[in-house]
Amino acid sequence: MAKTTAKDAQDLFRALRSAYAATPTKLKIIDIYVVFAIFTALIQVVYMGIVGSFPFNSFLSGVLSCVGTAVLAVCLRIQVNKDNKEFKDLPPERAFADFVLCNVVLHLVIMNFIG
Amino acid sequence: MAEMENAKGSTLRYACGNVLSFFILILIGVLAFSIRLFSVIKYESVIHEFDPYFNYRVTQFLTKNGIYDFWNWFDDRTWYPLGRVIGGTVYPGLTLTAGSLWWLLNSLNIPLSVETVCVFTAPIFSAYAAWATYLLTKEVKGTGAGLTAAVLLAMVPSYISRSVAGSYDNEAVAIFALIFTFYLYIKTLNTGSLFYATLNALAYFYMVCSWGGYTFIINLIPMHVLLCIVTGRYSSRLYIAYAPLVVLGTLLAALVPVVGFNAVMTSEHFASFLVFIILHVVALVYYIKGILSPKMFKVAVTLVVSVGVVVCCAMMAVLVALVASSPTKGWSGRSLSLLDPTYASKYIPIIASVSEHQPPTWPSYFMDINVLAFLVPAGIISCFLPLSDASSFVVLYIVTSVYFSGVMVRLMLVLAPAACIMSGIALSEAFSVFTRSIKFQMPKLLDDSDPVPGDITSANSVVQSNQAKVEKHSAADKSEGTLKERPQKKSKKKEKEPLEKASIKSQIEKKLLVLPLESSVLAILLLVLLGAFYVVHCVWAAAEAYSAPSIVLTSHNHDGLHVFDDFREAYAWLSHNTEVDDKVASWWDYGYQTTAMANRTVIVDNNTWNNTHIATVGTAMSSPEKAAWEIFNSLDVKYVLVVFGGLVGYPSDDINKFLWMVRIGGGVFPHIKEPDYLRDGQYRIDSEATPTMLNCLMYKLSYYRFVETDGKGFDRVRRTEIGKKYFKLSHFEEVFTTHHWMVRIYKLKPPKNRIRGKTKKSKSSPKTSASKKDDRVKKNPWH
Repeated sequence: MAKTTAKDAQDLFRALRSAYAATPTKLKIIDIYVVFAIFTALIQVVYMGIVGSFPFNSFLSGVLSCVGTAVLAVCLRIQVNKDNKEFKDLPPERAFADFVLCNVVLHLVIMNFIG
Repeated sequence: MAEMENAKGSTLRYACGNVLSFFILILIGVLAFSIRLFSVIKYESVIHEFDPYFNYRVTQFLTKNGIYDFWNWFDDRTWYPLGRVIGGTVYPGLTLTAGSLWWLLNSLNIPLSVETVCVFTAPIFSAYAAWATYLLTKEVKGTGAGLTAAVLLAMVPSYISRSVAGSYDNEAVAIFALIFTFYLYIKTLNTGSLFYATLNALAYFYMVCSWGGYTFIINLIPMHVLLCIVTGRYSSRLYIAYAPLVVLGTLLAALVPVVGFNAVMTSEHFASFLVFIILHVVALVYYIKGILSPKMFKVAVTLVVSVGVVVCCAMMAVLVALVASSPTKGWSGRSLSLLDPTYASKYIPIIASVSEHQPPTWPSYFMDINVLAFLVPAGIISCFLPLSDASSFVVLYIVTSVYFSGVMVRLMLVLAPAACIMSGIALSEAFSVFTRSIKFQMPKLLDDSDPVPGDITSANSVVQSNQAKVEKHSAADKSEGTLKERPQKKSKKKEKEPLEKASIKSQIEKKLLVLPLESSVLAILLLVLLGAFYVVHCVWAAAEAYSAPSIVLTSHNHDGLHVFDDFREAYAWLSHNTEVDDKVASWWDYGYQTTAMANRTVIVDNNTWNNTHIATVGTAMSSPEKAAWEIFNSLDVKYVLVVFGGLVGYPSDDINKFLWMVRIGGGVFPHIKEPDYLRDGQYRIDSEATPTMLNCLMYKLSYYRFVETDGKGFDRVRRTEIGKKYFKLSHFEEVFTTHHWMVRIYKLKPPKNRIRGKTKKSKSSPKTSASKKDDRVKKNPWH
C-alpha cells in the first residue's frame, strides 16, 4: 500500500514537473515572484512567533504587503496566461498597467499604515 | 445592402437609447433629490433628530480646525468627566464628505454655511445612490432593469426615511457606498479587471469610513464567493474580484481609526479570511486540474485529500480555539443581536432600548417598501432564469437583507436597495414580455387592414417592415403615457429590438412565448397602475410620514396648525443663561442636541459607549430626590433637563422611556429593581402607581407643578390623571420650562452649610419668580 502511494506520488511529481515545464518563461518568472513573496510573508510570521507582535500595525502591514503582492501577481498571471480563454481580448499591457496601479494603491496604504 | 442599413439603424438606435437613458438618469437624480426636500419646504432647513446634531457639530469642528485637529479631537463637552476621543471613535466618512463639499463650494466662491451643506448632503447622495443602483442592476440584467430599479430606489420610502434633507446621518452616504461597492464587485466579477478590483477596494474603504454596516459587505461578498465555489461556478474572474479586495480592503479598513485592528481581530471579519484561504485552495486545485491529465489528477486528489483532511482538521481546531478564547466569541454585541434576535433584550438593555433596534412589524414592511414587497419574488424568479454570477449575488443579497431587516427595523434600509433591484428586474422583464407579445400581434392586425408595401422578397425585409410597424406602434404607445416610468419602457424597447432582430430563429422561438394581445395590454395597464400606486405612496410617505425633523413638531388641531419649537427654546435658554462650564444632565437621547445646540457639557450622550455612566444617570433618575441629588452632585451637574410630553401629548418623552432608565440603571446598580416601579406588572403613573414610582426623581421633575395647568393634572400621553399632584422639591429648583412644557430644566440647589430642619419653604418662590419665564409658564397654551 505504502509502496504504491509512494510510486503514485513519484508519478504525480513527474507529471507535474513535465506539465509545468511547458509553461512560458514569463509565467515562470511571475511564479518565482509569487513564491518569493509568500516565503517573505512566512519569514515574517515566524519572526512574529519568536519575537512577538508588538508593533502590530507594522507586522500586519509587512505580512499583508507580501500577501497582497502575491495575490496581485497571481491575478496578473491569470490575466496574461494565454491558455486562459476568459482573458483573450485583454492585452497583456493593460493587465500589467492594472497590476501596477493596484500595487501602487496597496503600497501607499501600507506606507500609511506601517507607522 | 439591407443588412448594412439594418446595422446602421441599430447603431443609431443604440445611440438614441444611450442619450435617452442618460437624460432619464439625470431626471431620476433630480427626482431623488427633490422628493427629499419636503422637510425643508414644510418646516425649514434644519438638522433633524439626534445623531445628525452630533455629526453637524463634528463637521463644524472639521471645517473650523482642519483635518489634523479633527483626528486628534478630544471632546471634553461630553461624557463628563470622562470625555470622548471623537477622532478615534467616529465613522469619519460623512463628516469628511460634507466637509470637503463645503470646502469645495467655498473655494468656488459659493458661500454656503456648513449647516446648509449638511442639510443637503443626504438628498445629493441619494441621487448618487439611484445612479449606483442603475449601474448595479445594469450589470445584472441590462439597461431597462437598471433604469426601473433606479427610479424605484429614488423614491423608496425606507430610504427616504433616512435621507430627507436635514437627516444628516451616516446612512445617508453609506447606502450609496454600499450599492456602489456591490456594483464594483459585480463589475469586477463580470470583467475580471484588476482596475475595477482596485476601485472596489477603494469604494469599500469609503463604506468602512461611513458606516458600521460595512460588516454586511465583508460578510456578504465572501458568502457569494463561497456560493459560487460550492455550486461549481468558480472562475479566475472570481479570484480577481475577491482576493485583492480582501487584502486591500483589510488594510484600508485598518486605516480607519474607529475600526483599526478590529479589521483582523474580530469575528465579523474572520469569514472573509476563511473564504480567502478556501478560494486559494480551490484556485490551486483548478490550476493543477488544468495542467494535469485527468488520470493523474485523480491520483493527486486521493493523495491530497488524505493529507488535506488532517491539515484542515488541525486548522479548524486552532481557529475554533482562537475564537472561543475571546469572551464574546469575538463578536460585538450588535452583531450578536443580529445573529440571535433575542440576544440584545436578554443581555444588553441599552441596545434593546433603541426603538430602531426592535424587530419590525408587518405593516412597517408595507409602509417602507410598499408594492416592492410583491414584486420581489418575481424578481428572484427572473434572476434564476439564466442564473449568472451577478444575478446569484443579487439573490443572495436580498435573502440576507430580508433576514436582517426582520431582526432590526433599522436594517430595512439595507433591504430597500435589494428590493428595488429585484422589483426593477421583475418590472422590466414583465414589460418586455408584454410589449414583445403586443409587438408580434400588431403586424397581424395591421396586415388585415392594409397590405405590406414593396414586397421585395427575403425574410430580412419582412423583418424590417415589421420593425417599422413596431416603431410606429411604440410611438403610439409612447403618447399614451402619464407616468414617469414611461420613458424607461421606451428605452427598454429600444434595447430589446436590436436583440430581437438578431436572428429570425430566436424570433420564432420567442413567438412560442407570446401572450394574447388583450391580456398583455391589460397586464401592462395593471402594472402601470401598480407603479402609480407606488409613486403616490412614496410621495405621501416623503411628504407626511418621514419629513418631520422631530426637533420642531407640529400638530393639526381643530383650531389649526400648532408648532412646538420647545427644544430649541430650551437649548437656547441653556446657552444664554448658564455658565459655559456648567454640566447638564439628561437622559442620553438629548446629549447630542445639548452639546450641539446649547454648547454645554453633558454627562451622557447618544454614543452610549459607557454603559456604567448611563446606568448612573438612569439610577439618579429613578432614585428619590435626595439620593439623586447626591449622584448628580458627585458628577458636578448643575442642571437637569427632562422632556415631558404630558401637556401636549408628545409620546416619546422621558416618562415613557423611564422603564429603560430603570432597567439600564438596575443592570449596574442592583438596588434599583424594575418590579418596584410596576404595579402588578403594569407601568402606570396614576394613583395606583407604586410609592417608589411616585417618589422617584423623574416623576417629580416631570410632574412638578403640573396640576397648576388644568387643576387636575391630566396627562395627555398616558391618558390618565397623575397619581401625586401636590408636592414640593427639596433638592432641585425649577429654572425654566418651555412654552408647551415639553422641556423642563431644573437646577440643583447648592449644598447647605448645615442642615436646620428639612423644610425650606421660602426658598423656591423668590428665585423662580425672578426669572420672567415663570409667568409665561403659568398660562397654559391649551386653555
